[in-house]
Amino acid sequence: MSRMSWNSGIHRWKWVALFLLPGLIGLSLFVLYPIASSFWLAFQDWNLLRPPEFVGLGNFQELAQDDAFWQALSYTLSFIVLYVPIVFIAGLGLALFLNQKFPGMLIVRASTFLPVVASWVVVSLIWKWIFNPAYGLVNFALSLIGIQGPAWLFEPQTAVYAMVITSVWKDVGYIALLYLGGLQNISESYYEAARIDGANRWRCLRHITLPLLTPTMFFVAITLLINYFQMFEQVWLMPMRDSAADRQVEVIVTEVVKNAFSYSRMGYASAMSWVLFALIFAITFVQLRLQKRWVFYESD
Amino acid sequence: MNRTDTFRPLTATEATTTQRGTALPGQIVRLMAMGLIIGLMVLPFLWMLSTSLKAQEYILQTPPQLIPNPITLESYTGLAERIDLVRTFFNSAFVALVGTAGQIVISAMSAYAFARLEWPGRNQVFLLYLTTMMIPAVVMVIPQFILVRNLGWMNTYAALIVPGLFSAFGTFLLRQAFLTIPKDFEEAAFVDGANHITIFWRIIMPLSLPSLATLGVFSFMGYWNNYLYPLFVARRDEVMTLPIALATLQAGPRALTEWNMVMAGSVITVLPILVAYLLAQRWFVSGAISSGIKG
Repeated sequence: MSRMSWNSGIHRWKWVALFLLPGLIGLSLFVLYPIASSFWLAFQDWNLLRPPEFVGLGNFQELAQDDAFWQALSYTLSFIVLYVPIVFIAGLGLALFLNQKFPGMLIVRASTFLPVVASWVVVSLIWKWIFNPAYGLVNFALSLIGIQGPAWLFEPQTAVYAMVITSVWKDVGYIALLYLGGLQNISESYYEAARIDGANRWRCLRHITLPLLTPTMFFVAITLLINYFQMFEQVWLMPMRDSAADRQVEVIVTEVVKNAFSYSRMGYASAMSWVLFALIFAITFVQLRLQKRWVFYESD
Repeated sequence: MNRTDTFRPLTATEATTTQRGTALPGQIVRLMAMGLIIGLMVLPFLWMLSTSLKAQEYILQTPPQLIPNPITLESYTGLAERIDLVRTFFNSAFVALVGTAGQIVISAMSAYAFARLEWPGRNQVFLLYLTTMMIPAVVMVIPQFILVRNLGWMNTYAALIVPGLFSAFGTFLLRQAFLTIPKDFEEAAFVDGANHITIFWRIIMPLSLPSLATLGVFSFMGYWNNYLYPLFVARRDEVMTLPIALATLQAGPRALTEWNMVMAGSVITVLPILVAYLLAQRWFVSGAISSGIKG
């Protein structure tokens, strides 16, 4: 903006104060201050009743030896190892399918987004009912082909499978949408040139679409990792109450929540949440280093 | 905003594969695939609806009854005896509407200060905003809970609404939108004696309606669906929102095995957002894409 006489000195700060301060004061109180106090809490022992007591790195040392934490981290990772490849490939396949122009395709595309807008609480409960061993649809369908379905959300291992299936159903439309953005940025001229050279559809996919889609794939992979290190609702709500799955399957966020709100260990839970942040930060850092242009807008 | 703007319905030339005169078997396979995808996406919702319309003795039948017979609303009336549905629905709607409106206004004002005013330190403060976007929700939950408790806001609407108003993401999204508006209009207006309030309200806001709608839908969804945070600050029935009330039916001390009631509650919780989505698909899609960038 060209500097004009009205835009200087006290006058200028008056406008900055008017527009910025409501947001900045609120952000300071409700975002910045909580971040700072959470960081401070990570080095305290505090049960909400007695005054906080400084313990240095004590919380982090305890964390390193806490079997429950390592168990939660290992469940989080084993969930990610199953879920990410499935939704990554299913989302790509769905996007390639949706990117074709046929009558009715927009309806298909709209339907894939219904689970994305639904709340995780509702999605968890619907699938908890579908995976009900005795009366649910999944085991009924399995019984039709002569298979005795497992106890799903009662047992730790099968509960993870059930939660993976539910998560894929919820997210695949969103992942496909991210891929569709990448697909539509690929210039049609590549395909025209390839067709003139007599390339078939498979070769077009293999040598044009997939290579040019790699930045999107990278972005999708990072997004999935960041989101699923923070998974919470499905693990909190889906396992059947008091079952082995309910007792054993924990992820990092449920472990944080349990420590904070069931055991009132605010400092310890804060320390755990910062370890989660460090994991996510490391992933984001890799993303920024390798794919700067995919994180920031071109117009910036 | 470039990413958001690329998402429009396909035009003929944009499609990667243009199929001319596909053979009949190919068409049948494709139609089956389309039907299969729609079925997989919609059937769980229909099963929820179907279960909610059954009486208790019919939900425990094998083989399961796909279409309820007889259809009954007794699960909804039964649910209404356990939860004050009107109040809970009002809480959700009130929190989401007030929160969304507030978040849009505050984000737009901050965005104007970053996009249209020049002041020393502007870029540093903006960087601070961007940095807060990287902090996971779970890091915020504990100190926000403590803050709300110290402010004496436990179980109030303020606890549910206020902390969400100050969205670095919303500020970021609208700043990007405001930056794309050419300065010619406002410079002419300044010459005519307009001040920043007029420019903001008469020029910048009307020209940014798509981005405001994107943020509005994103923010509404966030408030309506939020679970982790309200779970700990709004546990009393008077302020409880739908997802919290619904979850208590299955996981809390009020846990039910009456799945028809749980599904009735799910219908009530999810229907408004599904209807809103079908009416305003475009903004839901652009909101989801922007949130992906947020990471």
